Amino acid sequence: MAMITDVPKDSFRLSMLIYDTRYRSLTIQVLVFFLVMAGAAWLVDNAYRNLGALGKDFNFSFLNNRAGYDIPQRLVEYTNDSTHGRALLIGLLNTLLVAVLGCAAATVLGTFVGVLRLSKNWLVGRLMTVFVEVMRNVPLLLWILLIYTVLIEAMPAPNAYKPGPDGVAAWQMQFFHSVAITNRYTAIPDPLFSRSLGDIDIVIFKIGIDFLLIVAVLVGSFFANRALLANAGKVQEATGDRPVTWWKSLLIWFGPIAAVLIALGFHVEYPTLQGFNFTGGLNVSNSFVALWLALTLYTSAYIAEAVRAGILAISKGQSEAAFALGLRPGRTMNLVVLPQAMRVIVPPLISQYLNLTKNSSLAIAVGYLDLRGTLGGITLNQTGRELECVLLMMLIYLAISLTISGVMNIYNSTVKLKER
Amino acid sequence: MADTTTTERAIDRSHMQVSDEVAIQITAMNKWYGTFHVLRDINMTVNRGERIVICGPSGSGKSTLIRCINRLEEHQAGRIVVDGTELTSDLKNIDKVRSEVGMVFQHFNLFPHLTILENCTLAPIWVRKTPKKEANETAMHYLEKVKIPEQANKYPGQLSGGQQQRVAIARSLCMKPRIMLFDEPTSALDPEMIKEVLDTMIELAEEGMTMLCVTHEMGFAQAVANRVIFMDQGQIVEQNEPKEFFNNPQSDRTKLFLSQILGH
Amino acid sequence: MSGMHADSAAFVRDSMLPQKAPPVTEAGAVKWVRENLFSGWFNTTLTILGILAIYWIFSHAWPWFRHGVWVAETIQDCRRIVTERWGEGATGACWAVLRERWTQFVFGFYPNDLYWRPVLAFALLFVAIAPVLFNGLPRKMLWFTLAFPFIAVFLLWGGSVWSILSIIAVFGVAWLAYSVLTPVNGALGIAGAVVLALAYWVFLSGAVADQLQSIIPLGLEPVRSDKFGGFVLSIVIGVACITLSLPFGIVLALGRQSDMFLVKYLSVCFIEFIRGVPLITLLFTASLLLNYFLPPGTNFDIILRVIIMVTLFASAYIAEVIRGGLAALPRGQYEAANALGLDYGLAQRFIILPQALKISIPGIVSSFIGLFKDTTLVVFVGLLDPLKGITDAVRASTDWKGIYWEPYIFVGFLFFLMCFGMSRYSMYLERKLKTDHR
Repeated sequence: MAMITDVPKDSFRLSMLIYDTRYRSLTIQVLVFFLVMAGAAWLVDNAYRNLGALGKDFNFSFLNNRAGYDIPQRLVEYTNDSTHGRALLIGLLNTLLVAVLGCAAATVLGTFVGVLRLSKNWLVGRLMTVFVEVMRNVPLLLWILLIYTVLIEAMPAPNAYKPGPDGVAAWQMQFFHSVAITNRYTAIPDPLFSRSLGDIDIVIFKIGIDFLLIVAVLVGSFFANRALLANAGKVQEATGDRPVTWWKSLLIWFGPIAAVLIALGFHVEYPTLQGFNFTGGLNVSNSFVALWLALTLYTSAYIAEAVRAGILAISKGQSEAAFALGLRPGRTMNLVVLPQAMRVIVPPLISQYLNLTKNSSLAIAVGYLDLRGTLGGITLNQTGRELECVLLMMLIYLAISLTISGVMNIYNSTVKLKER
Repeated sequence: MADTTTTERAIDRSHMQVSDEVAIQITAMNKWYGTFHVLRDINMTVNRGERIVICGPSGSGKSTLIRCINRLEEHQAGRIVVDGTELTSDLKNIDKVRSEVGMVFQHFNLFPHLTILENCTLAPIWVRKTPKKEANETAMHYLEKVKIPEQANKYPGQLSGGQQQRVAIARSLCMKPRIMLFDEPTSALDPEMIKEVLDTMIELAEEGMTMLCVTHEMGFAQAVANRVIFMDQGQIVEQNEPKEFFNNPQSDRTKLFLSQILGH
Repeated sequence: MSGMHADSAAFVRDSMLPQKAPPVTEAGAVKWVRENLFSGWFNTTLTILGILAIYWIFSHAWPWFRHGVWVAETIQDCRRIVTERWGEGATGACWAVLRERWTQFVFGFYPNDLYWRPVLAFALLFVAIAPVLFNGLPRKMLWFTLAFPFIAVFLLWGGSVWSILSIIAVFGVAWLAYSVLTPVNGALGIAGAVVLALAYWVFLSGAVADQLQSIIPLGLEPVRSDKFGGFVLSIVIGVACITLSLPFGIVLALGRQSDMFLVKYLSVCFIEFIRGVPLITLLFTASLLLNYFLPPGTNFDIILRVIIMVTLFASAYIAEVIRGGLAALPRGQYEAANALGLDYGLAQRFIILPQALKISIPGIVSSFIGLFKDTTLVVFVGLLDPLKGITDAVRASTDWKGIYWEPYIFVGFLFFLMCFGMSRYSMYLERKLKTDHR
């Protein structure tokens, strides 16, 4: 016993901090800690002294001051009498609007392109390859600027849609006479409710009850449909025969929403030319159209690649095995290929959503007032509070990004394949 | 002569009766990949209960041949009739043949996102329209038969190669097929796992299953096959009973192949 | 005989069948067209839609291209020539703008008579990266690779040759201190090198350079940063940032893989922060905030500030790429390195990093493509990138007011060539690496 406990206990020497594995990592961490703290202190001290020299302080009370500038596109009410904080909110909503619409459109287009690129049709496959390569290898900024410039330079003024003396207009409205693209804005049909339920105030802004009702009905339909499918699954488990569900699904999805829309008096008002401008429809600014379209096209190329890679990642053996068991191609896709491909596709898909959201800050190129345009643009210039504005803007973008990647991590951990 | 991993126990041949009923009839079948002639004038009849081993050098078309039998590959000339159903581009016929013919692949091709049990019940539920409870019972029955019932709720990634291949066999059996195709079932396995898979296949043979097996396991061929077919350059070069085939090969190509594979 | 063998148990083929040509319907162009373009109604519809799309694009774009005017003074000139040649209502490209202004797109406002300097630097860039890309070249060329950054800075910005040499001397001092002090104590060697080099840089190098310059005036005509623009600017920022971000990225990736709690989470925070914010906000930091965080009175070059921020940005992305490479290495490599008695530094240097970097090359190249495309964003902090900065400058002149397709096509085409070239190169590397591993 004594032999073992009597290991010569060498006294602590300074060199052990570096050469002894027990202390080494601690030494390094302490060193790193001090370096980082010293660096941070240096930066803060500099900032403090610089602010002092300029006679500025560091606080966010300017957010309560009157903004005094207009924002053409606003989802909730805002006037130039509103505060800078409110302008920030409008900017944030505009960022989220273009991001959400961009993600939705890019997903649809990207899936389409990715699948077509895999099709056996040689011509279409090549066309899609060209689309993907051209989109990916040219800066996004070029697409935004090009679309914007084409809109404002090559499109006519609204009154070009007015019939001339001979009764024929120089320009005809596009998409079955429902949309008019002009050099100032794009007039699109406006969805309206003749028996609207009005707005409800939720602390910071008002929101249409009609809109909430529609969302609620859609959510309800979603759960009803899930219940229907679960029930079909149960019947199948018990009897072996799966009841036909597609028409019931269609009914569940479209019945209630149609009823609600009719009850609310839903109708579409088409834009019409009144004098020199279109009225009646929604006039969407060209900066929004250009930004949204460019983000959609650019991101869809990346999404197409993700979709293609996901489907290719599932080996041919998987579908062959399903075929050999007698499963039809449609079932094979639903039961074997897609569940596996989704695990490969979703992570890069979400990181493309992240990229799209960050790229929406290029709105600056076309003057669309998003978060960067309001908080990081006009507010910053008016108040001269660069430090606060840029930091706050970074934090907001960071919060959005972390939320998206948090969702991705949750998804990844739920679908991870079990391996030993 | 061959280093046999399979003949440690006596094989029960009582059920291995070959009936006169024709299970598979292939007549003058040809297949091309582009301009490459992979299968040349294949004629072959398999009777119910026959166990056929197909061997040959790689690229000889043996895998392509058995993949034609459940139309994972299309043939371009000649006829293939399986259980009285001719394989054409008619989807109904293809469905019918595929639900009668089971197939085991070299790389198992288990569905990694489903548990072992779900792998086994997927096709019975969706193709045979069996109630889930019954499908589960059948699946457990066959999993017991391949001796891994305790793994039923694990995922394929958690099993060894030999276990995965046995699951793949059980998965095919759950469809109660009348014919089983094996496409090099042991080539992707470590040596110590080959035996467990071959034992399962022997058991299947003992029950009188019609089997077509592409394999280089000559011990297995000697023990259970009643015919060995040697293919080279896309054509059947020689076929015979195992004893004759191994002891008295006729063609030079067969002799060369056997000397290479048996290492003599 | 071939009919017979089916039923008889024994069969031997005495003559092998030759290859036969497939039936006509199964081969050649007919089969290819049928299988690839017209198999089934869906495929046929796709083909027809594809042909219509191609026709639509060509019928619009081709006349415009064909009517293009190469020699003209102004856009009005162009339009007049097109109308004269091709009749009323004809459209035509006005390539004359590129003929007139291409130097601006490439060099920005760099002085005309000094164009040889960026061109020479660009050519030397290839000499410098050649030994990195090709193993067959003599190793001594790597010395040139090391010297290239200084040569490039000297060529591009000009100024006194002594200030560049004086910066090189900083590294000389560090090396000298390290080699003298290391025999005494390893840690002392590193610390001494860092401290002495810093001290020399802060207190001496400027004075030394000025002194030498006043004795032997030697140098090139200086060019201010605001003269930089166009592709020269994009390439300078792109190459500088990717080179600088590689070492930072490696350190961050190793930090993130580290067992040390503090090091690991500092790296994670840095990487996630940078990847979570748009590049534009970092560029604004460079142009608006950096002055707040530096000692009062410091004011340095905007290109340098942009390079610093873009480097930080790129290094976070590179770190993630390299982390992927490190994760892809089999555990056995680490264990083997440890078993050989290599310490952490040696193991990383000789075993782990060479392999991880090799796996990461395709990812690094695609980061570089992304970075290169992102260099166009510097326009938002007032630098003249080729895409918006220069194009707006050209469009602002009365001669070329209202022109847009031609400059965008030109700049887009150049970007496409470079990015597509690099992406093909990385795909080639990927394929090569795959075969190497087998």
